[in-house]
Amino acid sequence: MNTTDHRGRPIVAVTGIGLVTPLGFGVEANWAALLAGRSGIRRITRFPTDHLRTTIAGTVDLPEEAGGEVLTSSDRVRLMAQRAAEEALAQSGLPSPFPGPLMLGMPPVELEWPGRFRLAAETGEDAPSYKALTEAAAGRDDLYRTTAFAGIGEQLAARFGTRGAPIAISTACATGASAIQLGVEAIQRGETEAAIAIGADGTVQPEALIRFSLLSALSTRNEDPTGASRPFEKSRGGFVMSEGAACLVLESLAHATARGATILGVLRGCGEKSDSFHRTRSNPDGGAVIRAMRNAIEDAGLTPADISYVNAHGTGTPENDKMETFGMRAVFGNDAPPISSNKSMIGHTLSASGAIEAAFSLLAIRDQMLPPTINHVEPDPAITLDVVPNVARPAKVVNVLSNSFGFGGQNVCLVLSGAPA
Amino acid sequence: MTNPSPIWVTGVGLVSAAGEGRDAHRAAMLAGAAPALDDATYAPFAIHPGPALELDRQIPKKGDQRQMEPWQRLGTYAAGLALDDAGARGLVAEMDLIVAAGGGERDMALDESVVAALGHLPPAEAATKLNEMLASGLRPTLFLAQLSNLLAGNISIVHGVTGASRTFMGEEQAGADAVRVAAARLAEGRGQAALVGGAFVAARWDLMILYHAGGLMRRAPGWAPVFDRGAAPGAIPGTLGAFLVLETAEAARVRGARGLARIRGVACEQARRDGADGSAAAAARAFARLDLPAGRLAVISGATGVAGPVQAERDFLAGLGRPVALRAAGNRLGWGAEATFPGSVALAALALADGVLPAAMGDGEAAFDGPLTDILVTGFAGWRGEALAHLQAIPAEDQP
Repeated sequence: MNTTDHRGRPIVAVTGIGLVTPLGFGVEANWAALLAGRSGIRRITRFPTDHLRTTIAGTVDLPEEAGGEVLTSSDRVRLMAQRAAEEALAQSGLPSPFPGPLMLGMPPVELEWPGRFRLAAETGEDAPSYKALTEAAAGRDDLYRTTAFAGIGEQLAARFGTRGAPIAISTACATGASAIQLGVEAIQRGETEAAIAIGADGTVQPEALIRFSLLSALSTRNEDPTGASRPFEKSRGGFVMSEGAACLVLESLAHATARGATILGVLRGCGEKSDSFHRTRSNPDGGAVIRAMRNAIEDAGLTPADISYVNAHGTGTPENDKMETFGMRAVFGNDAPPISSNKSMIGHTLSASGAIEAAFSLLAIRDQMLPPTINHVEPDPAITLDVVPNVARPAKVVNVLSNSFGFGGQNVCLVLSGAPA
Repeated sequence: MTNPSPIWVTGVGLVSAAGEGRDAHRAAMLAGAAPALDDATYAPFAIHPGPALELDRQIPKKGDQRQMEPWQRLGTYAAGLALDDAGARGLVAEMDLIVAAGGGERDMALDESVVAALGHLPPAEAATKLNEMLASGLRPTLFLAQLSNLLAGNISIVHGVTGASRTFMGEEQAGADAVRVAAARLAEGRGQAALVGGAFVAARWDLMILYHAGGLMRRAPGWAPVFDRGAAPGAIPGTLGAFLVLETAEAARVRGARGLARIRGVACEQARRDGADGSAAAAARAFARLDLPAGRLAVISGATGVAGPVQAERDFLAGLGRPVALRAAGNRLGWGAEATFPGSVALAALALADGVLPAAMGDGEAAFDGPLTDILVTGFAGWRGEALAHLQAIPAEDQP
């Protein structure tokens, strides 16, 4: 078997997948729900929603909070990442300590309100200043561990025994794809034979929700939670915040086949291109998203005609879906392959989405099934693509392009394919 | 990939308490004195405050300036300085960008008013009122000024750097991995130029609260050398913007750009720092992946002043079994969190270009004379992370 690609680099295989989303825990539960077209979006119960314009989200109820504990986003990210990694590692059969590095896509974390209120109480002052809060934080190594950007990666690295320094990466909504790309590149460079790539997010908390809300990015279809995420549909009005995690165990094909591992697919190509137009919008010429897609396809040694299906970024904001359609037409012309958005069911898992959608792309190849874009009631005349409306369908799926486009103009696309024959 | 391209540092963008640009930092290295210190404003903590910046020089549009807070402005400014220093404005369209980022500024006045209004309420009531106060009090654009990856976003927008864009998070180690990955990508032929670095604003209670929780900051007035803080250990934060332009030697020569120094290797480890996995041993593993010439070693250290990692660094250096001339970047710049490692590499590159190691400061820094051809840059992070880089002088005959 040929274990190098068209550029002479080691082929990067996937030998383990783990998933946590609002649709459930584990790959099979998630995939079944996705193919059934089920929505994981619901009313928020984790915190009061009075005074909020958006009161719905995709949320994951962790066993660790079953007793009513309030976990920080940092702890939620860590626990979901850990759960996804445990599933993926078990499937891969690779040992602990893990023979490679950890690439962790995660959101920025910080001190949150419950923690700030607790510090305030410790000062004994009615109106403590930041200086007083800072003095009250003395000796709180536990607080540092959850608010340091290195904290989650360090704890996961300790748990799984990954090699070297874990890298935590953030490229906004492309984060999960960037984490995979870092792992792929490390294997291609020969730095390692294997890597753990994770995308995780757990920022459904009041301040984060309000921040996105103030940018007018979120759907306010609060009375209809399961119908709120409407990518590519005419009445789409914004994305729905969500959370979750996915882990891919990446391994050189040579290493994986030598130990007799089951190859779940290959990461055939990665492409990126950043935009310099605006902090939250793409250049209307679509240049960067088009280049990101083309770069990924070219990196994979393919042509647009080889792509069987596109796993969309498809956030459900008016802007994104229009731009993604434009980009699709530019890259694929009149023969654009089907494209569907997992976010119609799980919402926008932000830093996790690129990894979650890469996992679903591999499952689409495994089962030769395209997951649907649900909530497709009234087509948008400006969107002429086959969005696999409402119902999953069987298809010949050879190569999948998975798109991730982030705030700040950071665009990453992945090409995933089945195990080499 | 068997014969990777040599990687040069062709430009540095430095902003610190010592000033801005190459010349200010050369002067500071020769002077052998600590930069300006403010131990009153943030007492009981001291900081090295940054210089006033003429933002228009690097961020010409007022609209762009308004979209950022000081941290993103500092980073965007320093990134622009690096591009100018390298004469690399013409390369930006396909230039890689790797930023080591912390978090952006919070609205501290809003935070304090919320704590005062709600801190004494039962949690359920506080939660409801919190929504109201945040929904009406948060500025919509502040979110974008807070997002870690938006420093890179702003650099793309202001300077047009639009190749790969990645933002690493993880305090000092993020800065080291940013340099490592940027150099590795160029060495294997992914692109010809990269802009890599980070920024850190010392004058921020919203970060101090975290670093003090982690026991990282020196809690004492006045200044002491990084390796001589036994009585009051810890870091003295220093405002620091530090960006590097890296290029393959071949690409630099083709466009006639001189290199300041060659990056021979970067190696990162991360010890658990428990009884079983110590920091000095992790650094020794990293050192084994580098290829430094034998004999006396010039070291530019990213040491924080935090007791544990400082001792680990001493142990690691002692374990090398050779004379060491140590220079703490922190003595010249203060501690710059994510920007520390790129800042240390920048100082090392300037020192190698001039052939002069910075003047010794304090008992921990031995005198050094003789030819300066190689520098080991160390990064023992305050909490986790051990990173090393080997920089080498570029022979005159290799320059364009």
